[in-house]
Amino acid sequence: MAGIPHDSYEPKSGFEKWLHVRLPIVSLVYDTLMIPTPKNLNWMWIWGIVLTFCLVLQIVTGIVLAMHYTPNVDLAFASVEHIMRDVNGGWALRYMHANGASLFFIAVYAHIFRGLYYGSYKSPREVTWIVGMLIYLAMMATGFLGYVLPWGQMSFWGATVITGLFGAIPGIGPIIQEWLLGGPAVDNATLNRFFSLHYLLPFVIVGLVAVHIWAFHTTGNNNPTGVEVRRKSKAEADKDTVSFWPFYVVKDAFALMLILVVFMAVIGFMPNYLGHPDNYIEANPLATPAHIVPEWYYLPFYAILRAITFDVLFLDAKFLGVLMMFGSIAVMMLAPWTDTSPVRSGRYRPQFKWWFWLLGLDFMVLMWCGAQPAEGLVPTISLIGAIYWFAYFLVILPVLGWKEKALPVPETIEADFDAHYPPKTSPAE
Amino acid sequence: MSQANDTAGTRRDFLYVATAATGAVTAGAAVWPLINQMNPSADVQALSSIEVAIGDVEVGTQVTVKWLGKPVFIRHRTAQEIEAARNTDLAELKDTDSRNANAPGEAIDANRAIDENGEWLVMMGVCTHLGCVPLGNASGEFGGWFCPCHGSHYDTAGRIRKGPAPRNLDVPLTAFVDETTIKLG
Repeated sequence: MAGIPHDSYEPKSGFEKWLHVRLPIVSLVYDTLMIPTPKNLNWMWIWGIVLTFCLVLQIVTGIVLAMHYTPNVDLAFASVEHIMRDVNGGWALRYMHANGASLFFIAVYAHIFRGLYYGSYKSPREVTWIVGMLIYLAMMATGFLGYVLPWGQMSFWGATVITGLFGAIPGIGPIIQEWLLGGPAVDNATLNRFFSLHYLLPFVIVGLVAVHIWAFHTTGNNNPTGVEVRRKSKAEADKDTVSFWPFYVVKDAFALMLILVVFMAVIGFMPNYLGHPDNYIEANPLATPAHIVPEWYYLPFYAILRAITFDVLFLDAKFLGVLMMFGSIAVMMLAPWTDTSPVRSGRYRPQFKWWFWLLGLDFMVLMWCGAQPAEGLVPTISLIGAIYWFAYFLVILPVLGWKEKALPVPETIEADFDAHYPPKTSPAE
Repeated sequence: MSQANDTAGTRRDFLYVATAATGAVTAGAAVWPLINQMNPSADVQALSSIEVAIGDVEVGTQVTVKWLGKPVFIRHRTAQEIEAARNTDLAELKDTDSRNANAPGEAIDANRAIDENGEWLVMMGVCTHLGCVPLGNASGEFGGWFCPCHGSHYDTAGRIRKGPAPRNLDVPLTAFVDETTIKLG
């Protein structure tokens, strides 16, 4: 790992030396775990470990659920009930998998907004940010595919609406849609391929996560001050950092434990709280539920999709909605370049803070809009919310960097740390 | 890279291009079956035509049948519904195309119903927005159909009047086999 000076692995025993010459795998693990990490990371830096845990949880529970699930339109719904009633501990596995998806998205949103506030996306961490966004997109795709598998009403109609998005592409849309579905409508062919892809994508995510970690281990972690770790010498770097193992592993494990206490309480006492009752009705192609709602983690983007109810030039409302929805994620990827401020951390940007929290509020309002029927004021509020979302990334970030007068930034991480936790003049020194 | 007047080099350039071209064709040929397997299979394509008995459908009611995995609305319209549809000015419509496989042209009611009296309206029960099934039986602000997913309103001839849907409900290829039977497809 380039970047921050640190100890490197020295093989000691005879076997380690023998292996190191042939496959330096212990060295790779050592360097990954012993990476110098800024010593001032706050509690918003725990989400990476929570996300890693979620990925493992979803893969492990998913693999065992696949041992009992049947991807066939006549059997899928019944096989899920079989898991719930007959398979030993099946209910717990399924509830952990379903609510695990929610925990995964809670963690990823916290992780993303952490990055937005502390400027983690800025140079030199653009690649980490973009790979992270690709992981997020792959998570959304995986979550969507997985939600179709129980073959309930929301599964079926969610699949119909989302594949309909591709049908909105002018010209080739209907051909693409039919190709995705394997027929004129969502049916057995669709369910089969969704199962196959739902099994595949998590392993794509594993690969992307490895690249994500590789990228930020190359640049070093960001931290709440946004000030880089000094790296002229190891002595300097040691004053700004502690090693990931054991310090942050223990801290992150403690946070994960608290989160899992809440998670297990949800599994035990309110496992369907975040689900939708209509998905316990078997899929019926001839009746749409009165109100199709996606899972909560898609709601803000679903609201943006529905916000466009008018045509612009030759583009119809439907296609514009689709463009806006995908565009709202694409503009996040542009943040490293649209944010022109030389100051990385939002902590030292008095005006930025307001706009940032307004973006957070905007996200919550859009989430609320996405859950409402498209009536009354909801489309208007969604449109205003969508406009702010785009304005934040395309107008506010560039203009702030140019207009805003930032507060003084600490010289070093050590100086900031010592200001909060004055060093004790112990006799041991 | 060869020199411009080096004739031996042109042979090597040719080999580069030929190898790359062969490689591209081979890669395409290998990938195509993997893409094409996702297109509709033979058994899915085989179910492309059905007959429906409509003798029992009374005035002011509708039936929904499943065809090609999708719902088809068959409505026996009331005199008021026919009148409302016929009295609608084309200028009030969002989509002025009839969207009728049997009668292409303007979206006047005569080009939407399948019989001359306009009693029978047959159309895909698939919202042209994102594919939900609209609610029927005089729903929505125009007394026709209303899609609950994103709030599209269709009139008594299945034409889009309000909301995000871009097109009128599609009328599939339909023909009377006899007085009480129609054939879809």
